[in-house]
Amino acid sequence: MSTVWVVLEERAGRIAPLSWEALAAGRQLSKLTGLSLNAVLIGAETATLAGELSNQSLQRVVRIEHPLLTPYTSDGFALALEQFFRSADPRYVVFPHTYQVRDYAPALAARMSQMLLGDVVEICPAASEGDSPTFVRQLLQGRLSGHYRHTGDGPCFLSVQAGAFRAPESQAGACATADTFPPILEAAQIRTRPGQPFRASAQTVDLASAERIVSIGRGIHDAANIPLVQELASVLDAELAASRPICDSGWLPPDRQVGSSGQSVAPKLYVALGISGAIQHQVGMKASRCIVAVNKDPEAPIFEIADYGIVGDLFEVVPALTEAVKSIKM
Amino acid sequence: MQLEQVPMKILVAMKQVPESGSPFRIDASGRWIDEADLNYTLNESDAYALEQALQLKGLHGGEVVALSVGPDRVQAVLRDALAKGADRALHVRCAEEPGRDALGTARLLAAAIRPESPDLVLSGLQSEDVGHGQTGVLLAELLGLPHASLILQVEKSATGLSVKRELEEGWLQMIEMPIPAVLAIQSGGSKLRYANLMGIKRAKTKEMRVIEAGELGVDLAPAVVLDHVSATHKQKSTQFLQGTPTQAAAELVHKLKFEARVL
Repeated sequence: MSTVWVVLEERAGRIAPLSWEALAAGRQLSKLTGLSLNAVLIGAETATLAGELSNQSLQRVVRIEHPLLTPYTSDGFALALEQFFRSADPRYVVFPHTYQVRDYAPALAARMSQMLLGDVVEICPAASEGDSPTFVRQLLQGRLSGHYRHTGDGPCFLSVQAGAFRAPESQAGACATADTFPPILEAAQIRTRPGQPFRASAQTVDLASAERIVSIGRGIHDAANIPLVQELASVLDAELAASRPICDSGWLPPDRQVGSSGQSVAPKLYVALGISGAIQHQVGMKASRCIVAVNKDPEAPIFEIADYGIVGDLFEVVPALTEAVKSIKM
Repeated sequence: MQLEQVPMKILVAMKQVPESGSPFRIDASGRWIDEADLNYTLNESDAYALEQALQLKGLHGGEVVALSVGPDRVQAVLRDALAKGADRALHVRCAEEPGRDALGTARLLAAAIRPESPDLVLSGLQSEDVGHGQTGVLLAELLGLPHASLILQVEKSATGLSVKRELEEGWLQMIEMPIPAVLAIQSGGSKLRYANLMGIKRAKTKEMRVIEAGELGVDLAPAVVLDHVSATHKQKSTQFLQGTPTQAAAELVHKLKFEARVL
């Protein structure tokens, strides 16, 4: 039976926020294709998660449960999902584009001779009747969009980018009760042994609660230039943050990093200085209420999500901004 | 001998990508970018994969083999790897083919890797151009080896490897795994080395073996096709502030206070 399946992920005992967005993408695909929408939960114990789906109007919810599925391992997830999808015969399988999905979904797709379309930002209706929908992903760090078609003889696997699809409100209509699928797994098939998650350093800054953030990227060129930006942050009463390369270089501590591998923030004001706006950075800040970008490259992807932009040399613009903020405060 | 002391044969899969600041223009076919005036460089996370391999070799001995798929220009990144300390290079030669998907590329790489029987295969996490971010995971699948992705640090252990994996939102995790294995390396885990003059000189005497992709007998029929590329449509309409830095700054601050009301 040809259908749409969404694989949902758990975080802290609940369905993770990004998984709700994946469900929204799945619902869009279901509407475009007329195929029914179904969801998969996977882990050692998923009954509570299934309870969260009771008002989502899904045709089926399947709980893939096995003691070896917690903690997560690529081997366990790929094996269990492969067994299930070989029996379910899906047309589309939708995932949230998380670190975990990136770790196993390409292997799962390859086992079924397919390629995962990762980090999808848009699903477009088929150009003509009988065709399949097309999928948009960002190319060249967000500078261009690539429009993809699935041509494989089998299910189409895709994962959706954070923030690209709006998480659903509850849907009218009851949901079928969840049934369980017990995969056949043996301990010897799990080849890696994951340890407990830990934090590298104590989190001393809570960027998520900052009202204003001034953030720097590669355009700052040198750690010696940071005081210039710190001054602007001070007059704005803002926290200083950075994109990944700045923290990798040790110019700012890792707890000031914004992006998929750092903190996710949504302040009133986010000022991006010399940040090109790679996808990994954007997902951590694009929910900000007002985004200002200063960059010497007018085609930098950061301008695609900025409310206000100045194309120019940040070493000239930043001191001018500091002065302008000071004068308006007096 | 303890497993920690056994030297490893490490293969590093590397990709040459357009420099990120390059002007990207859509080509006449509409299916890819005009490559005529592009400069190319080594993909960033692949540079970290190479660095990790060279550090492991420095600690335990062994051999580092650099590997890349693409047209003749990709030999530039392989030569650079040799100059930094890789022992030899494998170039899987084929035309730049936008029609080939990530699985096809991984099949070519896997076919070139298999006869080498390495102890460890490293790749960067994700390419800066197409960015499927799957090569490492796919290589593990095709070679039948265990893998871990988003890896910042690699150490040998009594049973194989102990690797540090990045999780979301600043969390990390250690993973224990046997070898042979495949790791997808995240950027930033170590400091990159540069090639010195001696290294560049030595690189000229090192082996660069060319393998014609067509001779690997690999099925390249894509499961996914890039139909066309387009300009990214803006998600917001940006107000650009013009004039001298002082004028632009003054106008911006005015708008932030009275229009956006965020000051």
